[in-house]
Amino acid sequence: MATRKRPLSPHLQIYSPQITSVLSILHRITGVILAFGALLLANWVISATYGADSFALAQDLLGSWFGRLILFGLTLALYFHLGNGIRHLAWDMGRGFSLPQVRTSGLFVIAFTLVMTVMTWIAAYSAAGDF
Amino acid sequence: MEMRSHLGRVRGLGSSNDGVHHWWLQRITGVALVPLTIWFIVSAVSLAGADLEQFRSWVGAHANPVLLCLLIFTMFHHGQLGLQVVIEDYVHSETTKLLLLIVTKFTAILFGGYSIFAVLRLTFGG
Repeated sequence: MATRKRPLSPHLQIYSPQITSVLSILHRITGVILAFGALLLANWVISATYGADSFALAQDLLGSWFGRLILFGLTLALYFHLGNGIRHLAWDMGRGFSLPQVRTSGLFVIAFTLVMTVMTWIAAYSAAGDF
Repeated sequence: MEMRSHLGRVRGLGSSNDGVHHWWLQRITGVALVPLTIWFIVSAVSLAGADLEQFRSWVGAHANPVLLCLLIFTMFHHGQLGLQVVIEDYVHSETTKLLLLIVTKFTAILFGGYSIFAVLRLTFGG
């Protein structure tokens, strides 16, 4: 049966972005990014079983400007997914559903992500003695 | 009219025939990942620029090998559960969907298994 070209209901592009919808899709996007980050972590650990040279290569690649850029992005994604994941667990327990609460917890997750990422990188640089 | 009894419907566990099992596992692995991830970030920060000897002694120290294996297992498990939902939501061709799901699950098991084996090797030597 041929389907006639019927009008579609309002779709994504008709809505202006809101903190609720933006954080929702970011949870998915960061989740997918972190799944690839898991492969990076696996490779890092596995490289150590191939000897000092291959582990040094892995460390050098991760420590290069490009490696640091990737790791910085992964840190942001990780803290966001962690913070927002806890927000989701609260919802799963039936808490924090009113709109003001949803906005406040969303803003809190954004602040948590930024602050923790900066603090982690300050700690990493001082641990590596790069300061 | 609904001809099935309540018990029959519950035993069928809905359209996925799997009830809330997938949903529940995703939450439980997520809860487990909260402390594991925080522990790992603190450790990874201290390993910036480490050489193999320093890395080896960190992997083998105290509870680290256990926590690392648990992190790897839970992370890949949680990750493949999440990717499965994303694939099921956005991929509508049955063949592509099945292929992607198989690739996702095989990759998670391969890299998860390999890196857990690597942790054991680094801990026990050889």
